[in-house]
Amino acid sequence: MKKVDLTLRVNNETWQVEVNPNQTLLGLLREQLHLMGTKEGCSTGDCGACTVLFNGEPVNSCLILAVEAEGCSILTIESFADGDDLHPVQEAFVQKGAIQCGFCTPGMILSVKALLDRNPEPTESEIREAIAGNLCRCTGYAKIVEAAMAAAE
Amino acid sequence: MVTLKVVGKSVPRKDAIEKAMGKAVYGVDVSRPGMLCGRILRSPHAHALIKKIDSSRAEALPGVKAVLSAAEAGDKRYGFFEHVDEKFADKSIFAIHKVRFVGEEVAAVAAEDEDTAEEALRLIDVEYEILPSVHDPLEAMKPGSPIVHDGFKDNVVHTVNIYNGEVEEGFRSAYRIFENTYKVQPVSPSAMEPHQCVAEYSGGRLMVWSSTQMPFFLRKHLSEILGLKEKQVRIFKTATGGRFGSGMDMHALDPICCLLAMKTRRPVRIVYNREEEFVAARIRHPAYLRIKTAVSEEGKLLSIDVKCKVDNGAYSSMGLGVTSVLGQNAMSLYRVPNMRYEGKVVYTNNPYGGAFRGYGNPQGTFAMARQMDIMAKGLGIDPLHFRKINANKPGDETVLGQKITTCGFVECLESAAKAIDFYKERPKYQGVGVSGLFHVGGGARVHGNNDGCGAYVKIEDDGTVSVIVGGQEIGQGYLTIIAQIAAEVLGVTYDDVRVFNTDTDIMPFDIGSHGSRSTFVGGNAVRLAALDAKEKLLKYGAEFLEARPEDLETADGKIWIKGNPARSAGIAEIVRSGKYRSKGEQILGTAYYDPPSEEPDRQGRGNKSGAYAFGVQAVEVFVDPETGEVTIVRVAAAHDIGKAINPSALEGQIEGSIAQGLGYALTEEMLFSENGKVLNPNFRDYLLPTAPDMPSLIPILVETNDPEGPFGAKGIGECGLVPTAPAIVNAICNAIGTELFELPVTPQKILAALAKKEQERKQQ
Repeated sequence: MKKVDLTLRVNNETWQVEVNPNQTLLGLLREQLHLMGTKEGCSTGDCGACTVLFNGEPVNSCLILAVEAEGCSILTIESFADGDDLHPVQEAFVQKGAIQCGFCTPGMILSVKALLDRNPEPTESEIREAIAGNLCRCTGYAKIVEAAMAAAE
Repeated sequence: MVTLKVVGKSVPRKDAIEKAMGKAVYGVDVSRPGMLCGRILRSPHAHALIKKIDSSRAEALPGVKAVLSAAEAGDKRYGFFEHVDEKFADKSIFAIHKVRFVGEEVAAVAAEDEDTAEEALRLIDVEYEILPSVHDPLEAMKPGSPIVHDGFKDNVVHTVNIYNGEVEEGFRSAYRIFENTYKVQPVSPSAMEPHQCVAEYSGGRLMVWSSTQMPFFLRKHLSEILGLKEKQVRIFKTATGGRFGSGMDMHALDPICCLLAMKTRRPVRIVYNREEEFVAARIRHPAYLRIKTAVSEEGKLLSIDVKCKVDNGAYSSMGLGVTSVLGQNAMSLYRVPNMRYEGKVVYTNNPYGGAFRGYGNPQGTFAMARQMDIMAKGLGIDPLHFRKINANKPGDETVLGQKITTCGFVECLESAAKAIDFYKERPKYQGVGVSGLFHVGGGARVHGNNDGCGAYVKIEDDGTVSVIVGGQEIGQGYLTIIAQIAAEVLGVTYDDVRVFNTDTDIMPFDIGSHGSRSTFVGGNAVRLAALDAKEKLLKYGAEFLEARPEDLETADGKIWIKGNPARSAGIAEIVRSGKYRSKGEQILGTAYYDPPSEEPDRQGRGNKSGAYAFGVQAVEVFVDPETGEVTIVRVAAAHDIGKAINPSALEGQIEGSIAQGLGYALTEEMLFSENGKVLNPNFRDYLLPTAPDMPSLIPILVETNDPEGPFGAKGIGECGLVPTAPAIVNAICNAIGTELFELPVTPQKILAALAKKEQERKQQ
């Protein structure tokens, strides 16, 4: 397969990479850029574990071809903390007990941040809708919703 | 009464920050230099002879480093219960002569990249001769049915028989007899992290990175199946993205990955895709249960007779254990003097069951809780009162020899019912229902005569504490509980404790995280090891402060003389004083805790746990009679947990379990074609509850302070799931005024039940 040149911004850094045309954005992030925080749970866009911000919008990176990200800006979970200081959404998840196995957590945090960016004072119902595409098998979502409410404050 | 400083507090989890940052390393994240990508070729047929395998085209593909099948892997067999009877060692690494379910492992490749590995699978030519297949245990038991494993003509690999007293006597003297048949469906644990393995063979040693729940079991089973000595295998347990029981077994992918690594002399990684996760990872056993019960006029249970047929699928795995627990626990939920259970473990050509949270108890409790409500209605007795008068009590010994120490069942029943306003008048199509639960809560001596855990507690020069322990973090909060207990006993801060439990070469033994045993067994192990270390700390502290050890107190990293806090020192100072001297000592505490339980006999008799967990969940629902859709309004979950070491973590376990129970009750079902192919191996068509689906959850922690549990604590891991589906269905049946006997309760089933009820009403 002939590789394609790609230039994109990931976590506020510019990257010039070579990808196979069939490489997903998720695959690019994990395998070439070694940003392992974004997870693969299903590969069919149903679980949300691969959620990243694509030009500010939350997307399932397993459904996006890397070549579609040409010239675009991607934010992953690795962009959230400032050194050792957690982002308020991360801090809320930690304090509210919203993390059990943690596999869904990066995707959840991305979706919650995307929500709060566009709606700083969501209702509980709006929070649940915003994370409807992020499956969690451990928590029953209760403390995740509490964390999102706390982060909104 | 001592005031606890760390235990009892909802401290943030030990691993929360790294998980929030995306830095936790799960099995799927592990990468080794020169690592190859492994993929498995799976059978497209449910039952077929393998006539020929030709992998020459795959081997010739550039980038392919190894292709394996049964010819190379050999015909040794394994099975979780092989130590009980060798008939349970029925699974070979790759299919030999024939395949027994759609998805069975036939061959595997290791290649430089994923695309090459995928291409290589397509180039392996397998010639099959398709055989008739059987997909229902009742069909499988009939004469003339396809035989899944030679030697089991009726496809029954095992019958579990448990009995006590004289059931027939109970039926003869009964006021009323009730008999019903229930059916439960196959569901998938659906952990978010797919199953995986990374293996590397070097210097005669095999290193394996796995999200397993039982690293020592994996080491044992891998070494046996590969013909290695146990000491040649080293398991690194990675962060685990959920497993819920499916991480107990060795899966074929584990020895396959190891064989590829040994053949290529390079690290190999295999990760299931989500379709494989449904098909080739373990599921919850579906079953038919016929329950016949006898009650006295006053509402006392006299006899219970259960006949159960468990769809084991193509291979044994946990069939024996699940079928045993299904009967034992369901019949021990209430006091019944006479009981008989016959549980048949039946082979079919379906994907096969394993351990999934509850391990037979969710299936059995569904049937038992439904039966309790049906009996209460038939007798005209309040369903809560009916449960109370038949409840187990503290100090009871059940007829199966289970010694109940603490038992908060009645308190759970009353608080759950109160939280849900059980007796409130409700309009038509709104209803409430309850279910009780009985489960092990003090360890589970069910896998051989061992239920122990070892721990070392090491105090460092800076006064921080390192705990090296054998039990596993699988998302339940193990690291956190262990650190809290160590901190409390020693008198250091929670932040000053680190826990190490990921390397079988280093950590002491623990059978693994299963059976809701981690807090009770691991907690006691670390408590005792910390006490051992504390004794030494107080000895040096006494010397340093010129006092007697019994006059000293510790907290927040300091040690002082009781009543004279000015005479104090830092724990770090004391530790260094004991170490930096001639014939000095680093303070190390050790302990191995194994509960005072006994291995049950073949009839399931024996006190298998050091304590038992009880609980009651109460659910309020609204059913739309036009669409059959169920809205769960709220769930009150009252659990006797002995003592809440970390209330937030307990609530988290309960809330997550309720979500799984909601799925089990209403939306989750693995669907099959008539040829045994899973039709919905993805999250679009297999419906897990999402955030908007969840109702209001009311967890209630009931503390009964168990004498054997660490700080009084008992287990919770599986308990939150056991009564959920039964309580939901009991509520639905009350809401629509008719009985339901099958899971999942779909809108179609509700509409059919309402139509049938209407038809019967018209006929009268």
